[in-house]
Amino acid sequence: MSKNLLIILLPLLGSLIAGLLGRRFLGNAVSRLVTIVCMTGALLLSIQVFLAVAIGDAPSTREVIFSWIVSGDFKVSFGILIDRLTAVMLVVVNGVSTLVHVYSVGYMEEDPDHPRFFSYLSFFTFAMLMLVTGDNFLQLFFGWEGVGLASYLLIGFWFKKESACDAAIKAFLVNRVGDFGFALGIFAIFMVFGTLDYSEVFRMAGAGQYPATVAFPLWGDVPTITLICLLLFIGAMGKSAQLGLHTWLPDAMEGPTPVSALIHAATMVTAGVFMVCRASPLFELSETALTVVTLVGAGTALFAATVGLVQNDIKRVIAYSTCSQLGYMFFAAGVSAYPAAMFHLFTHAFFKALLFLGAGAVIHAMHHEQDMRHMGGLIKKIPITYAVMMIGTLALTGFPFLAGFYSKDAILESAFAAHTGVGTLAWVMGMLAAILTTFYSFRLVFMTFHGAPPKDSHAKHAYDHAHEAPWSIRFPLLVLALGSLVGGVLFQSMTHEGWFKEAVFIAKGHDALAHSHHVAAWVKWSPFGMFLIGLSLAWLMYVKLPTLPGIVAAQWRGIHQFLINAWYFDKLYDRLFVQPARRIGYGLWQTGDVTIIDGFGVNGTAATVGRIAQGFKRLQSGYVYHYAFAMVIGLLVLITVYA
Amino acid sequence: MLSLVTFLPLVGAFVIFFGIRNDGMARMVAFLVSLVTFVISLRLLTGFDITTHQFQFTEELRWLPDAGISYRMGVDGISLPFVLLTTFLTPICLLASWESIKTRVREYMMAFLALESFVVGVFCALDFLLFYILWEAMLIPMFLIIGVWGGPNRVYAALKFFLYTLAGSVLMLIAILYLGIKAHTFSIPALMALPLSFDVQVWLFLAFMASFAVKVPMWPVHTWLPDAHVEAPTAGSVILAGILLKMGAYGFLRFSLPILPDASRYFTPLIFGLSLVAIVYTALVALMQKDLKKLVAYSSVSHMGFVTIGLFTFNQQGVEGGILQMINHGVVAGALFLLVGVVYDRMHTREIARYGGIANVMPVYSVIFMLFALASAGLPGTNSFVGEILILLGAFLANKAVAVIAATGLVLGAAYVLWMFKRVVFGPVVHEDVKAMPDLSMREVALFLPLIVLVFWIGFYPGPFLALLHASVDNLLMQANTVKAGAVALAQF
Repeated sequence: MSKNLLIILLPLLGSLIAGLLGRRFLGNAVSRLVTIVCMTGALLLSIQVFLAVAIGDAPSTREVIFSWIVSGDFKVSFGILIDRLTAVMLVVVNGVSTLVHVYSVGYMEEDPDHPRFFSYLSFFTFAMLMLVTGDNFLQLFFGWEGVGLASYLLIGFWFKKESACDAAIKAFLVNRVGDFGFALGIFAIFMVFGTLDYSEVFRMAGAGQYPATVAFPLWGDVPTITLICLLLFIGAMGKSAQLGLHTWLPDAMEGPTPVSALIHAATMVTAGVFMVCRASPLFELSETALTVVTLVGAGTALFAATVGLVQNDIKRVIAYSTCSQLGYMFFAAGVSAYPAAMFHLFTHAFFKALLFLGAGAVIHAMHHEQDMRHMGGLIKKIPITYAVMMIGTLALTGFPFLAGFYSKDAILESAFAAHTGVGTLAWVMGMLAAILTTFYSFRLVFMTFHGAPPKDSHAKHAYDHAHEAPWSIRFPLLVLALGSLVGGVLFQSMTHEGWFKEAVFIAKGHDALAHSHHVAAWVKWSPFGMFLIGLSLAWLMYVKLPTLPGIVAAQWRGIHQFLINAWYFDKLYDRLFVQPARRIGYGLWQTGDVTIIDGFGVNGTAATVGRIAQGFKRLQSGYVYHYAFAMVIGLLVLITVYA
Repeated sequence: MLSLVTFLPLVGAFVIFFGIRNDGMARMVAFLVSLVTFVISLRLLTGFDITTHQFQFTEELRWLPDAGISYRMGVDGISLPFVLLTTFLTPICLLASWESIKTRVREYMMAFLALESFVVGVFCALDFLLFYILWEAMLIPMFLIIGVWGGPNRVYAALKFFLYTLAGSVLMLIAILYLGIKAHTFSIPALMALPLSFDVQVWLFLAFMASFAVKVPMWPVHTWLPDAHVEAPTAGSVILAGILLKMGAYGFLRFSLPILPDASRYFTPLIFGLSLVAIVYTALVALMQKDLKKLVAYSSVSHMGFVTIGLFTFNQQGVEGGILQMINHGVVAGALFLLVGVVYDRMHTREIARYGGIANVMPVYSVIFMLFALASAGLPGTNSFVGEILILLGAFLANKAVAVIAATGLVLGAAYVLWMFKRVVFGPVVHEDVKAMPDLSMREVALFLPLIVLVFWIGFYPGPFLALLHASVDNLLMQANTVKAGAVALAQF
């Protein structure tokens, strides 16, 4: 068995052992241990691959494991493609996953259901690895839906909670809407290229071996590549919670916090970004698709940041922040700066996982309190957690020389250097979002750790008993904090041209990234200016004049409500889709089936036959064959009676 | 060999009729007979040559030579999977009836074995009249199973089922007689080569469709299905969803496409239209069901909509996907009905609202239920994923608009199944009697194990299953894509 295959199978093995044998035979401790050992093994192997392929100069490899589906000329295999894009994802996925496994030992201590939880976590990792290592679009889709399933299972992990179950279903269905587009995109690829293998598809696309347009319903003739890319991008929007299909992500916070860190911050939600980068040889051929990606990304970056301003649930703030940062990654990809997008994905995994796990430590310390209005002054109680949260916050907000400083700046500079209308628009929106990012991030820190301890008795009790988390929680936090500190400066070469080699394709003339290294100094330092503005505002409102937020909210009530309700997306969708689907379903059943088809059609026919039969009955004549006939009729009458 | 597989169960039924007075004994004999039948049918698989589309294991006995009627049997890559599905599901059904059938056990076992014989016969028959006789004969035991061992409203449901299907079959009989008289033979392989003018094909197609559409069932002749399912005993539902529905789609494959290719192509938009309505309409209806069994029944209609689309794509992916999806649906819907039966046996209600929180008391059951719920939603790694992807791909190649609308089934299908699952399995336990429900017994776990194996086997490694189909589907497509009649427009008729 090849080493690369082992990376994928180890988490699956752990998941199966814990899932099938855990509850009955192994118990909590052994189940945990098995999954963690498997994950550590997978992580070590991934690091080896990363060192060889991404740090060293080993060539990319591709191996076919076995033939999966064969029907006519449709042939799909399970395969493993290892190039620099995969290598980066491997360390991100296995790294964060291993840490989250360890963290969960402490965090889930009070929960009796360890085998199930760790089995799900490992299963998620397996599906995510299938997604990133696939060498064809269907395997990507396999992993894609697999992580969606894991996400569903983990959001609904506490299945006794109504809200958790609802959030799980919502996450699955909104993602399915995205997958609907993705699936059609895959079919279109097969129709156009006759294969789903990346290498073949990209080769033919590069060589221009495809029809210029294809007909699509309601749309007429569409440029082929634009159609494919937009359909794929619908999938990416679902998975990566982009504007319009983002509504599931905040609700997904119903899941346990380690899950939020792993799935809804560091790995799964970045799958859309990965997919766009992976399919860069296609996206590069369609200016329309790139423009859409840029606009959706920039729109999400700004939208989610505005909503993050007013959230009071500590996890929801970070969730909207994730949504917003994913927007940054997309508009980077939209201006053809795929390496910048991937670099931000990489650093974001560190500091966002750190923030979530740190928030988890706060929640753990506060006995499951998540509302920041019931927190405050925790700096005295849990200083280590405070320190790592501060590192995460500084890394996210782009404080110089921390991780986010390098990656976010690379994105903003690329957008600026694109010198296109949408590029500049994205840059402006990104700059605004940067102010908001700093504001809500420090608002979180100030509300949670600074100021006076909470006053109401319940929260006060929790505050008094707050304490630092056990080592299983602290260790992952420290590792991630280290990554947030140095992850940017160490790996900044990732944004250099050609670092991703053949894994990422950038068309001639799309030189935003190349030019980004040479922008004027004021462009380079302006994100730091945004940081200072955001920080000062947050300090003013939440440290200096703590009564100010209430006054502002009262002053601009309409806007505040609009933001609190997240721009009313949920209400809108409920009115537009959920309620009508139920009403239509009920209507079709009662009116369509019961009244029309059965009422007029089936039972109506039987009744009519019966009435005619009544007439025939008078025709008794004494002939045997008449009686035989009458017997048949009699049967029908019987039916009428019962019907 | 084929006759052995076909009639062994019937022999078993006679043995029970004449030789056995004891219920327990009858149960055991019936189960063993069905098990032996399954083992023998596996020999068909090992002896099957996948490289040819020719009918294999053929048998022919002259019956009424003057009328061209013979006892002709044989299987190809299209019918063999259904024979195996039948012999595979029957022992599971009998095992599922072990405790839930308490009255007239002997008669029940006899009816079930007779049903198996007739259904296997339907899939093996190569003579049109033999096919018709078995097709109709199969109604009798099924009618009895619903009508005698069913729920409170069983007689209405049984009659509705019987008359619905019979009404369609009458038209089919006329079509069969027309074909047989015209060709002087009822041999199906011979009829495939019979030249027919376009307008004759159109009428014959409609006559066949009347029968097949009811069986599938296609919208709007689907309303017998929820009633039949709700009233049927668990095993009856399994066999109904697992096999009987497949007979209609099999009819389209075996007769309509090869014998009436021009009409089949002509009516493709109609089939697509009805199938799309079925997918969307019944999925929405399923969403609102309060009765657990009705929900699964409606989901069957929706899933069969995918199948009929696949069969009429006229390309390899669509047709193979359609056939594979029929097998998948047999496994998954069969399992879902068994799962409903498990809780019905404990609570004697099918009302979704009476459950809730089952995961707290029946963890093993919940895991198995989840697995099949997800398989029903077509998650990758499960069998339905492979089937649905092939169907949708085939549809996309044939007609993009159809594929786009059908793909909404991915969202709707997940919606009703997950919502149902949440209401039944998740949440806290609200009703006291739910607390007392015991988890699955070993017998019940044994029911599901073979089905679970199939779900993952086809999901991860569908190669052997698809390989069985290739040659026959290739040949079928060649037949279906030939122009038999000169292009005579319907308007001229």
